[in-house]
Amino acid sequence: MKKTLCLILTLVMLSSLCAFGALADDVTLNAIFMKQAGYSEDDVLAMTQAFTEATGIQVNPTFVAYEELAPKILTSAASGGYDVILGDCIWPAQFAKAGLVLDVTDRVSALDLDDIYQGALDATRYEGKYYGMPWLNDVKYMFVNMELLKQASIEEAPATWDQLIEDAKICKEKGICEYPIVGCYAQAECLICDYTCIAGSFGGAFVDENNQPTLDKAENIEALDFMAQTLKDGLCNPKSLEMIEDDVLSTFAAGNAVFAINWTYQYASMNDESQSSVVGQGAITPIPGTDKAQSATVNGGMPLMITAGCKHPDEAWEYMLFLASKEMQAKYCANALPIWKSLYTDPQVIETAGAEVVAASQIQFDFIQNRPMVPYYNELSTAMQTEIQLVLLGQKTAEEALTGLQAVALELADR
Amino acid sequence: MKREEERYGYALITPAMIVVFGIIIIPIITTLVYSFVNIDPLSSHNGEFAGLGFYQKALTSRTFWEDLGRTLYFTAASTAIETAFGLMIALLLNEEFPGVRFLRSIVIIPWAIPTVVNGSLWKLMLNGEYGVINAILMRLHLIDAYQSWLGNPSTAMLCIIVADAWKMTPLAVIFFLAALQGIDQTRYEAARVDGAGAFRSFFAITLPAIKPTIMVIIVMRTVEKFKAFDIFYLMTRGGPANSTKTLMYDTYLQAFTNLNYSEAATLAYLIVLVVVLMTILYIRLMKRGDER
Repeated sequence: MKKTLCLILTLVMLSSLCAFGALADDVTLNAIFMKQAGYSEDDVLAMTQAFTEATGIQVNPTFVAYEELAPKILTSAASGGYDVILGDCIWPAQFAKAGLVLDVTDRVSALDLDDIYQGALDATRYEGKYYGMPWLNDVKYMFVNMELLKQASIEEAPATWDQLIEDAKICKEKGICEYPIVGCYAQAECLICDYTCIAGSFGGAFVDENNQPTLDKAENIEALDFMAQTLKDGLCNPKSLEMIEDDVLSTFAAGNAVFAINWTYQYASMNDESQSSVVGQGAITPIPGTDKAQSATVNGGMPLMITAGCKHPDEAWEYMLFLASKEMQAKYCANALPIWKSLYTDPQVIETAGAEVVAASQIQFDFIQNRPMVPYYNELSTAMQTEIQLVLLGQKTAEEALTGLQAVALELADR
Repeated sequence: MKREEERYGYALITPAMIVVFGIIIIPIITTLVYSFVNIDPLSSHNGEFAGLGFYQKALTSRTFWEDLGRTLYFTAASTAIETAFGLMIALLLNEEFPGVRFLRSIVIIPWAIPTVVNGSLWKLMLNGEYGVINAILMRLHLIDAYQSWLGNPSTAMLCIIVADAWKMTPLAVIFFLAALQGIDQTRYEAARVDGAGAFRSFFAITLPAIKPTIMVIIVMRTVEKFKAFDIFYLMTRGGPANSTKTLMYDTYLQAFTNLNYSEAATLAYLIVLVVVLMTILYIRLMKRGDER
């Protein structure tokens, strides 16, 4: 009797394993998003629910922090865990070369590409092919606490870095703010984003038009020296070295910074009474420039991509199109601006996103810098984060660090 | 009859064998194969046999030895703190005083906290802008301004060691307490009659009696510490400027950021090698101690 019972139990276990495999064949899409900057979790859930109601296709969305997005995608790639993935603009090259995502050039080409911002399109492209649907259209801006500036008898937000430094010195000397500048300089991708903005505004770039590394350009060195100097002079918060975007936001929202570079989402958060003590005090402006460049920002576009293991690419594309539709983008533009140019004159968008944000974006979108869109970018970024931090800590000169990084980049490009 | 029993036995263990092979044996073999064949989807040499090339590359790279140094520092410091504090707390809890049973019950709490919670908790407490540790140290006039503990290369690793030791010391306490309670109390009484003080009793009776437990704690914790990953991922992600990047963290970076699966597999096997060598060393030391 006991033997029979044990055998039955064993068979039940085996059959449940088989049943689990069978369940995986159901037409349900699995999607992965991030819960950080950009569209909020609630926004994505509402969009997804609307999609299911409209089409009957079920979607299981998963939300993870930005830092966990790539590992989750990569570890599940072999098993085809996700059908639709949200990727950063620096990943399509790597994912495409590794064969992890589908080429959707034909599908994207059928869209009205003239109505989509170039930055959003660049975020999906590698070697002339599209590997995703543009979705999150984001760049970094300079956020300025105008109230603190007024206390220093300064009426306008700075348009150049020289002016910003002058203003910061006045704020510090008058005791208005101990560390007027705050940056996300932790050993993470956000450090490279901030450096891209600052290097770009000094006329620098990390690759040339042929995608060949140019990290040791004089302008890049000058920009990195500039960042290190702000820390050395006590103008930039030394805790920036452990900060990511959310920490920058909370420092600014607590009134402990006059200047902060961050993504669009900071605008809504700093004006939200439940998480900010500087409501109505902050302005969103283009990132300052120098005599070499009027401004520069970093492309933070994030496309939706279909994984190579997806069994329902048509349904996945339908879902991506729905999320990126003008209707959805106009409705949920408080945390991320639309990819569609035509929506920027839509009164609903101007009201929801804020006229100030829309106005700043129209200037800032003209000065977008892409981080190197090369398959080896992640490895290069890891090396850059370490070396840049060494410079910011005063343990290396900018020239030493960037010369070494140029050699690393050339070696990676040859791999 | 016997053959039927055998068949029945095999039938019963088949599901377990499938799971064990699927999630343990096959990945171990695959990882070993990866360390000899170039598995890097971004490389033009993807799929080519590399022999011992990846081992040679790792062992001749400065990064490997720097990561190993940091891993050993974390392992040694953290294990030493856990063992020392674990023993001291266990000695205290081995005494009889009002409330000792309650203390014995709550001492386990840090160990019961998941590492994810522990890492996040300490990260918040150490925050340079609003961390409670800065607030306490300011009130005590030990610092004159809030410090960036996790943003400073000279303090970041120390903070992780403290955070990890805080969580894992209770495990050592439990082990030591169990060992201490197994010591025959008449030996202490005899020592007291012979005029031995507390220190003499500790070194002559307690320490020799709990020596095997100390060795078990050291071996067990060293192996675990060497493989630590989660606490680094949660608190610093290897920063600032790689000051908390360990071998395990580098293995993760190679596999899941850079897609250098072969380099990651090689590092994984080198970690195993170091852990095996350390375990052999400890076992020999233990045996030598027993012989004396």
